[in-house]
Amino acid sequence: MTTTTTADGTTTIEALAEVPLIRLTREFAGTPAQLYRAHTDADLFARWTGPDGTEIKIDHWDARTGGSWRYVNVSGGQEHGFHGCFHTVREDRIVQTFTWEGMPDGVALETLLIEDLGNGRTRLVTESLVDSFETRDAILASGMEVGVNDGYARLDTMLAGGDV
Amino acid sequence: MPDPLSQVFAALADPTRRDMVARLCAGDATVGELAAPYDVSLQAVSKHLKVLEGAGLVTRGRDAQRRPVHLEAEVFDLMTKWIERYRREAEARYQRLDAVLADLNDDTTHLTDLTDLTDLTQQSQRGETA
Repeated sequence: MTTTTTADGTTTIEALAEVPLIRLTREFAGTPAQLYRAHTDADLFARWTGPDGTEIKIDHWDARTGGSWRYVNVSGGQEHGFHGCFHTVREDRIVQTFTWEGMPDGVALETLLIEDLGNGRTRLVTESLVDSFETRDAILASGMEVGVNDGYARLDTMLAGGDV
Repeated sequence: MPDPLSQVFAALADPTRRDMVARLCAGDATVGELAAPYDVSLQAVSKHLKVLEGAGLVTRGRDAQRRPVHLEAEVFDLMTKWIERYRREAEARYQRLDAVLADLNDDTTHLTDLTDLTDLTQQSQRGETA
């Protein structure tokens, strides 16, 4: 299944049917070297990665092939840890693992492709591959707090009522 | 039982079932009509329909003879909304990255001013000269 929309921005999303993968594609007004820095420089990365209103505390950060990383996301007194390894760190390609410590056995393989579009523009493709379609769909449904629960509740009601 | 969202995704993970859903967007159809474009048995099509029904994506009419298959667009919309929500969060994250990149651009004043470049491109596309 593939869904691509551009309602309020330029990010497109695809959820592939063949493999449990989420692909995000976005163009930026910046050079490939700048995109690379924004993903490998710990201070820069901490400035943009977390949701609004959260603070990112970098625990350790060794952005080179074979290195590893860990940071903690602090929001409203709650802390969420994330860690992983840098498998490949190259100007045009970063491959790393990603684990949310709330689900310590879960691990995603993330591939970032940094494509030069010329004129100081760059396309970023982020692929996140997980171990099952169930996990992928849970990730798609995550971070939606009230929204997803409302959605489930509505669907449950529809299913229970024989509406569907 | 898997959660509803996973069921919907699993049901749509199959290309034949996606085709059937696309066909049903145009209107209700009988099992025979759905099977016509494919080189498969009615039984195989019925199996696919059972999966779509299980996910709540389609229902069968009560007409005993034809039992037309009906697409439940509302369930489809729910799934699309979930994905759209995820996409919007990614877009918000990337807008923060935009801001960081803009700061980097300010730090390196020798870079071409992207705004001017965009304006020039638009002007030349309209056949104007600067």
